Amino acid sequence: MKVWKFGDNVDTDQIIPSQYLVLPTMREMAQHTLEPLAPQFAQQYKAGELLVGGHNFGCGSSREQAPTVLKELGVKVIMAQSFARIFFRNCINLGVLLIELPEANELEQGHEVKIDYTHAKIINKTTKKEYEMVPMSDFFKKIVNSGGLVDYLKNKN
Amino acid sequence: MNITEKIIAKHAKKEKVVPGEIVEVDVDYCMANDATICLNIDIFKNKFGFKKVWDPAKVVFLIEHQLPADSVNTSESHKKIREFSHAQGVQLHERDGVCHQVMFEKYVKPGQLIVAADSHTCSYGCLGAFSTGMGSTDIAAVMGSGKTWLKVPETILVDLSGKLKPGVYAKDVILKLCGEITAAGATYKSIEFTGSLIKNLSISERFTLCNMVVEMGGKSAMIAPDQTIKECYQAQDIDWKLLQPDADAKYEKVLKYDVSKLEPQVACPHFVDNVKNLKELLDTPIDQGFIGSCTNGRLDDLRIAARILHHKKIHPNVRLLVTPASVTVYQRALKEGLIDIFLEAGAIINHPGCSTCWGACQGVMASGQTLISTANRNFKGRAGSPESKIYLASPATVAASVVEGKIVDPRRYL
Ligand code: SF4
Repeated sequence: MKVWKFGDNVDTDQIIPSQYLVLPTMREMAQHTLEPLAPQFAQQYKAGELLVGGHNFGCGSSREQAPTVLKELGVKVIMAQSFARIFFRNCINLGVLLIELPEANELEQGHEVKIDYTHAKIINKTTKKEYEMVPMSDFFKKIVNSGGLVDYLKNKN
Repeated sequence: MNITEKIIAKHAKKEKVVPGEIVEVDVDYCMANDATICLNIDIFKNKFGFKKVWDPAKVVFLIEHQLPADSVNTSESHKKIREFSHAQGVQLHERDGVCHQVMFEKYVKPGQLIVAADSHTCSYGCLGAFSTGMGSTDIAAVMGSGKTWLKVPETILVDLSGKLKPGVYAKDVILKLCGEITAAGATYKSIEFTGSLIKNLSISERFTLCNMVVEMGGKSAMIAPDQTIKECYQAQDIDWKLLQPDADAKYEKVLKYDVSKLEPQVACPHFVDNVKNLKELLDTPIDQGFIGSCTNGRLDDLRIAARILHHKKIHPNVRLLVTPASVTVYQRALKEGLIDIFLEAGAIINHPGCSTCWGACQGVMASGQTLISTANRNFKGRAGSPESKIYLASPATVAASVVEGKIVDPRRYL
């Protein structure tokens, strides 16, 4: 997967600025994803590419529109040195996989990365470096694997 | 257990909980506002397939982020909120003020557990309630079931001692702490404030401290209710014993600060933890001031600002927006003559709501402009153009700065 690299403290006002929250559909909102940081992101991002951040990715407001527009564009996995709490919860609930990788700062824009889930490894094909992947706790894994909180709760009851 | 753990344990119907444990809890109130309610409603109906909210008396909706409606899209979303609220019978506040201020004035009680679709929900720790922000899927689940899951947080005890110098306020304390603890320093954790400073702070000042805990990544904030709180809620049936830490309460760490020497603080663009002593920023030119928000839009904040602006005019190149945090605050400010002082000084007064704090309506900034604000966030583009800048400060600092058109020390005006 190709890397899209962002820095520390990417907040939800960057992911989806407040003035676009009233747009009637997620599709329209998604056209403005990450606009303040990377104005071309929504147009150039291809579904399945890897989003990488530094520390405290997703800090700021609780707006679930932030992970939702990312999901709408086809983001399935986000890797960062650390995630903000509400964003973390929102992603799990939406079934977007989050990987906390302390060395995420070593991944750069355009790098090719492979995630080997069976061996819990992250392979940077560009630099040939490999990283251990710390598995998610079982509770969160159950929710993500159900496809998010909605299906998890439906199946549970 | 500490207070946070005791409240969670009670709502999980357990004798004891420990940090890291995931528990299912009963929720006392769940709140949402117009920034996200439509998404909550959509998930509630179409994804979960719920028909009725679990208890209409315990679901509180507010229209206050984008008020009055500033576009057809906004108005359409307000219409949906009204229709859903009326059909379900939930509590709807259409004009009463910023969501957290209204929750604080009308609903929250010490010892409750409250979740809301807004990150500054951590504010209610000022009353000794456990409260935290969540996203729309979580809140939709609570709207339907009255329950949610929580991971019991580690707690950092912040011990504040000493007396604040004149011209230095709770806002300066919390800005200083954001700088020291950093924007991610309390991620997933609860912060409990204690120490000799706290008992001298009004409830409003305690609110300011708790409000900004989320700017350090915190999940919740807590202040043990003391006499000040007990007097306000004495008629209520509250288990005060629950709201004191046990003798063997555990904290992840204890941070001690003496505030006696603290100077006015300012958070600089574009991060809340980019905090400096005001004196390093003297004379920074500004285009607009904002006095309001859930952080500093209460009566005591308006009084401080009015004292400085009394018989003064704001600088001709500067605009000042004053937005009381609630209608109750607004009416008191009117009676006390504060609103007159602001109008005489040349300010624009807005109806209570989020206003300039979140940059989607009222006082939106253009590129290259600088805002000095009493709110809690200075993210890039938070108040409008990504090319604008936001400085965060106390109401006194904002009031003094709009008089001179640049950042100045408020103590010259006291
Ligand atoms: S005043 Fe600002 S911080 Fe408070 S709820 Fe409104 S937008 Fe959020």
